[in-house]
Amino acid sequence: MTSVIVLRGVSPLGGDPRDLVIAGGRIAAVTPPGGGEHTSVVAEAADGAAGGTRRGPLIVDGAGLIALPGFVDLHTHLREPGREDAETVESGTRAAALGGYTAVFAMANTDPVADTAGVVEQVWRLGQDAGHCEVRPVGAVTKGLAGSQLAELGAMATSAAAVRMFSDDGHCVSDALLMRRALEYVKAFDGVVAQHAEEPRLTAGAQMNEGAMAACLGLPGWPAVAEEAIIARDALLAGHVDSRLHVCHVSTAGSVEIIRWAKAKGWRVTAEVTPHHLLLTEDLVASYDPVYKVNPPLRTKADTEALRAGLADGTIDCVATDHAPHAPEDKETEWAAARPGMLGLETALSVVIETMVTTGHLDWAGVADRLAAAPARIGGVADTVLDVAQFAQVGTPATLTLLDTQAQRVIDPAAFASRSTNTPYRGRTLPGVIRATFLRGRPTVLDGKIV
Amino acid sequence: MGVKRHLLSTADLLLDDALLVLDTADRMARVADAPVRKLPTLRGRTVVNLFFEDSTRTRTSFEVAAKRLSADVINFSARGSSVSKGESLKDTAQTLEAMGADAVVCRHSASGAPHRLASWVRGSVVNAGDGTHEHPTQALLDAFTIRRRLGRVDGLAVTIVGDVLHSRVARSNIWLLTTLGAQVTVVAPPTLLPLGIDGWPVGVSYDLDAVLPKSDVVMMLRVQRERMSAAFFPSEREYSRRYGLDADRAALMPEHALVMHPGPMVRGMEIASSVADSPRSTVVDQVANGVSVRMAVLYLLLGGGTDRETT
Repeated sequence: MTSVIVLRGVSPLGGDPRDLVIAGGRIAAVTPPGGGEHTSVVAEAADGAAGGTRRGPLIVDGAGLIALPGFVDLHTHLREPGREDAETVESGTRAAALGGYTAVFAMANTDPVADTAGVVEQVWRLGQDAGHCEVRPVGAVTKGLAGSQLAELGAMATSAAAVRMFSDDGHCVSDALLMRRALEYVKAFDGVVAQHAEEPRLTAGAQMNEGAMAACLGLPGWPAVAEEAIIARDALLAGHVDSRLHVCHVSTAGSVEIIRWAKAKGWRVTAEVTPHHLLLTEDLVASYDPVYKVNPPLRTKADTEALRAGLADGTIDCVATDHAPHAPEDKETEWAAARPGMLGLETALSVVIETMVTTGHLDWAGVADRLAAAPARIGGVADTVLDVAQFAQVGTPATLTLLDTQAQRVIDPAAFASRSTNTPYRGRTLPGVIRATFLRGRPTVLDGKIV
Repeated sequence: MGVKRHLLSTADLLLDDALLVLDTADRMARVADAPVRKLPTLRGRTVVNLFFEDSTRTRTSFEVAAKRLSADVINFSARGSSVSKGESLKDTAQTLEAMGADAVVCRHSASGAPHRLASWVRGSVVNAGDGTHEHPTQALLDAFTIRRRLGRVDGLAVTIVGDVLHSRVARSNIWLLTTLGAQVTVVAPPTLLPLGIDGWPVGVSYDLDAVLPKSDVVMMLRVQRERMSAAFFPSEREYSRRYGLDADRAALMPEHALVMHPGPMVRGMEIASSVADSPRSTVVDQVANGVSVRMAVLYLLLGGGTDRETT
């Protein structure tokens, strides 16, 4: 049962230090640090929460740590069912908690595909059992991700998993009519279609960003226009039928412009960017090391700058990891044979600090919005903070994470909770370490370790 | 060869390295003319020809080169081996490593495969053509052929015609010939030029007739008929009319100018038979020079030379 926790001296959203008292899964009191006045609050809260079984509160020394709402990842590949050698719900959600996440949206491209109520309920239950964070299954838009026939979206929506986000991620819903119908259909249960924007005819055999680098390396190009054309089409469709469109892993400067335009029209279009598209560029491909192979591909420096600016001004609503674990044999190959994707959950915050905070693009309230509140709004996550201004107010859900922004670490995949090691940041020194994570008042990570 | 242990690309080959290969190839060519066409230099060394794509001519050229240097040669062809049963490139690399290969000559359909191989084996890796990336020894033998016929490469105008987009020969030649001081121009329909070529150190033209009179060397690339189905050009005849080198076009070239082709040729498509078999054609020289250049590469990579020891 949830006990009483006192977080001493933490800085909510990087502001003045406070002692936060957590009881009953919620913030029970917020007091100036070190003051004795919360003692009575703790006692009262403990009385109320523990239901008679009196226990001393858990005291967490949070001096110097910043408290942010628990992160929400709209784009996670947990690989279960089907590729439990690469990741499981258990291992992936451990990785999530260690990365500061309290909710992850599990993508549908499992085996079997999450295109029925049965599969999404299975994934949802595995998440409940693991308990490291909330697991919200994403339902496939089309049967078997085949792009030809709608999956039973309503059945998934009314299942125990209460699916609200639908995506064929990994594949684009390229048929314009099918996309239109999906957008319209999900309005019945306030769903959102998350599109993997990739015009398949323009990316047949594509291996990396199209441009001078691809030309030199002899790798078939993945042109920016293949992403931008679909985003433009889908934004027009979403506007036409007044439905919610979410754009997955935006990777080009042109896409940012199109989304800015669609939002200016008042259409209900939201977008995410991955940490790797904020930080990494295509020149890494020159090594031919498939750890840098990802879809959409790493782009140019100008693209990373446009993405950072877009995330800063809110054109891009949130950061989503596209955490994509792969077994070694799917990466230790020649470039073309390797599967695309990279790990993200355990490094996302650090990359966001490096690209957005140290550069002055976002303050901590901004980070809280882009990593937690905005994705929670898009995905319909209950029991968390949907507006950053509400964070750490008495009565709000105690779903939060504590980070040490002064600490740095050298990224070592051997230390990851993920079953896979395909991180592009191996050996890189990145700022920021998650010290603790709490899900509705229950610690999932303490002292940087899984509870 | 300079500071390098492998020959993976001509893009990072320094001028001195390139000249060293060409000068060494000159010496190797003399072996071919000697009564005993064999040097003891690489006795006891093992060269593995690892060919994931069929290429009888390139494989044979490397095999002859290695044997003339007295190396033991193992031909490891993907077909019929465990590779065709799904063995990974890495497993193959480990197998070769265990066999003690001193050099691995690798041909692969995937761009960058030799780079990956080089990170998994201790021996030297020679790229014998990877996907649409590079084919460094082809470029070296082309440069060698030009130098033998015209006396120099520096200052020459070299025109490369055809499917540059998919050509590893074009890429390797562009980097190498530019390093050696030639001015390279590429001519092709825009669909067969890579996007981003404007960043390359080459001139670009869509008009072959305009470029031919100013060319000292015209290098024709093979154009695969299959490209038609992917809408790169409308028809074989249209390609041939606009970009094929027939006798009339060849007459636009200066008297001394050479016609080159890396082979295999598609006669009647990118090149007319009368041009391919004309005295200005170097097609047969290129094959012979291939052995000398590959001998030089193996010799230099395997440290056969004590007089010009490299690090």
